[in-house]
Amino acid sequence: MKKFINHVDDLLVESLSGFAAAHSDLVQLHLEPHYLTRKHKALDKVAIISGGGSGHEPLHSGYIGYGMLDAACPGHVFTSPTPDQMLAAAEYVHAGKGVLFIVKNYSGDVMNFEMAAEMLPFESATVLTSDDVAVNNSTYTTGRRGVAGTMIVEKCVGSLAETGANLQACKTFGDKVNSNIASMGVALTSCTVPAAGRPTFDIDHTELEMGVGIHGEPGRRREAMREADAIVKDLVAAIMEDFNMRGLHAEGSEALLLVNGFAGTPLMELYLIYNTAAKLFAKHGITVARSLVGNYTTALDMAGASITLCLLDEEIKQHWDNAVHTPALRWKI
Amino acid sequence: MSLINTAFIITAAKAIQKTIVENEATLESLDREIGDGDHYINMKRGAGVVMEMEAELLPLTADAALHKIGMKLLSTIGGASGPLLASFFMSMGKTLKENGDDSHAKIAAAFAAGVEAIRQRGKADVGEKTMLDVLIPVSHAFTLAATQQHDVRLICATLIHTAEQGMLSTKDLIATKGRAAGLGERAIGHIDPGAKSCQLIIKTVCNLVLNK
Repeated sequence: MKKFINHVDDLLVESLSGFAAAHSDLVQLHLEPHYLTRKHKALDKVAIISGGGSGHEPLHSGYIGYGMLDAACPGHVFTSPTPDQMLAAAEYVHAGKGVLFIVKNYSGDVMNFEMAAEMLPFESATVLTSDDVAVNNSTYTTGRRGVAGTMIVEKCVGSLAETGANLQACKTFGDKVNSNIASMGVALTSCTVPAAGRPTFDIDHTELEMGVGIHGEPGRRREAMREADAIVKDLVAAIMEDFNMRGLHAEGSEALLLVNGFAGTPLMELYLIYNTAAKLFAKHGITVARSLVGNYTTALDMAGASITLCLLDEEIKQHWDNAVHTPALRWKI
Repeated sequence: MSLINTAFIITAAKAIQKTIVENEATLESLDREIGDGDHYINMKRGAGVVMEMEAELLPLTADAALHKIGMKLLSTIGGASGPLLASFFMSMGKTLKENGDDSHAKIAAAFAAGVEAIRQRGKADVGEKTMLDVLIPVSHAFTLAATQQHDVRLICATLIHTAEQGMLSTKDLIATKGRAAGLGERAIGHIDPGAKSCQLIIKTVCNLVLNK
């Protein structure tokens, strides 16, 4: 393992401190328990809080700011944060209109946020994100994993919350956005959890992992490495199959296409993936009306990428377009 | 007469930490195969945190010590293990407080309450390739043995055996709960790391009782 680390136990706090210092105009770091909030507390709106294991930066802390999150709770690498973090964050950012938790659907995250919600002295609701189509929902009852589509939910719900919408409206809209999203990822290499010191999985240079999770969890199958177009074709097919299976009419719809890097793949290749994916979706009669390409939900140092398609109606498109000002996402402000 | 005391809980915690560290390679390789590679780190952190609590635990009664351990694990382990293990210790402590601990049956009942708390929090059951494939059979065996047996050595031998069987049973299961749930049939042939660490912990505590 070759990484920029002083002591592995200090990595998280040193990284958070650097993040907070670099974006001191936007965010504030609180330690023991660890959470981050906006620099200036928002008033008279539903407080939107997310969180999860670290190693997916800029998710979630990078999305704190106007039009998106009020707070984020970072856990250890790939490990859910604990309820005391969520309680402290909620008490800090609560503005009298309740708290909405946006949680990726993993058993650890679900349980820790659930315990926090039970202990919270005021009203809360939770949106679980579950956009990863690699996990078969009909067979495996824990359901689908939340991956790169999570930031789309955070963006759109964050925008709605700024309008003064109530907790129930934010929760309902969050669930709707989530159900309009499908993602599918592929890994070319493993990631290395710093505290473990070696790759999470073994993969030969002639292989790829189709349907990989953002923690390096195995996906659908191990396949032979091949040319990019063939890989992208399979990712797009999995997404289209999922929309069809769920009875959502992707054909003829407008959509947001997000090509997300896991941090170990250059932007040059991500744009190549976008080029192919956009053409394939167009063949399915989908109008790619909005695009985003970059490292938005990473998996430490893993090489690979995911494709996310979010079907847009007027409401979702409006909230995607509205102003946002966070360390990792900013427009119209 | 009280059968469980805080000094024993601390001794057990030390022994558990030693067991976890000794089994680093096993736990890490199981988790790399069908998990996400953080199970050993989290278990070691949890055991380490309990070690650091020795001074504040010693003056407490056993039930209060278990509750305190639960609260501490809840705020330090994270992941799925944090809320699950915390629920176990907090429920076990609560039941001991209500019922007392002057018979093996009462300790078995407290253990069963802890396991039930894990089952409810995790919304899982036997056969889903998780720690419950060890804990639920052990809990049933404990309840039965504690009512039929007075020889603590026989009770412990039964629990060690049941835990081993439960752990091995996860090898041929498809995971429907936990991180391995995305793997489908690829998880078959691999023992669940959470089941393995629970089996190791039960064996460690039972061996302590046997050698007391």
